[in-house]
Amino acid sequence: MPDGIPASPEDDRIEAAVRAVLGSMSGDLTAKEAALLAELEALGRTIARAKAEIAQLSVDEITGAHIPSATDELDAIVDHTAQATNEILDCCEVLEKLESEVPPAAAVALQGAVTRIYEACSFQDITGQRISKVVAALKAIESRVETAVANASGRVAAMATEPPAAPRTEGQALANGPQLPGGASSQAEIDRLLASFD
Amino acid sequence: MDKTMNVLIVDDYRTMLRIIRNLLKQLDFNNVDEATDGQEALSKLRAGNFGLVISDWNMAPMTGLDLLKEVRADARLKATPFIMITAESKTENVIAAKAAGVSNYIVKPFNAETLKDKIEKVMVHA
Repeated sequence: MPDGIPASPEDDRIEAAVRAVLGSMSGDLTAKEAALLAELEALGRTIARAKAEIAQLSVDEITGAHIPSATDELDAIVDHTAQATNEILDCCEVLEKLESEVPPAAAVALQGAVTRIYEACSFQDITGQRISKVVAALKAIESRVETAVANASGRVAAMATEPPAAPRTEGQALANGPQLPGGASSQAEIDRLLASFD
Repeated sequence: MDKTMNVLIVDDYRTMLRIIRNLLKQLDFNNVDEATDGQEALSKLRAGNFGLVISDWNMAPMTGLDLLKEVRADARLKATPFIMITAESKTENVIAAKAAGVSNYIVKPFNAETLKDKIEKVMVHA
């Protein structure tokens, strides 16, 4: 077995199978067939080595530490931005109460500024939804890594089988969260689309 | 437009509820109630008397689209103006919402002028 990776029973089986084929064909092999069989043998070893490497992955570190840590950090970002946004909103509400105590022109300017802050604060919703999508992607990766390692190390039967997913409503099926810039429709485009139904 | 009517705003982000409530207050809508998902909203709608619903789409367990369908299927609620405010901006979302009977559709992030404009439009037809 190459590169110091110990041979597994599966490697032995592959090697034995290839040898058996080679042995049964000895004497009758053309140069092309011999080359083909040699390549098959190398391919078999490569597959066996890849499976051994996957089985040796520190999957517990990935699923037990790296991904939970990353999702915790992302959750913390959502919490911190929510806290900060709420503080900004607190300040806006104080400013709005002062509108009646300042000259009319200043009150109008004050309300205009506060409105713009409210509009800007909706970023927290959008970033929160984007981060939720990243967390979902990380969890999907975690699940796939666990499955790949279980497959490579023959632990498939030991893995708990996931219950079948509940049927999704149309609303759930179409809930994709914010689109990336360029992929999203603008308000004007949506207005035109809605008007086309009238 | 009767600005004393009850308005129900629905969003799973409390910050967003607060922003919409404050923007509605600037437009002189002061009777505003809140729900954080479609199921809670439906319970409030069935128990109360609301003249307008402003709802997000992406919520669990009941989404805004599913809430809209429930509202339109309810004999008492079916005529209630319903504005979707959502980050779901794909054409297929807008078409599905229209098919379900949405009164108007606002894509996040939005501005106060858009909110005012859409409320005025749907209330004219209410």
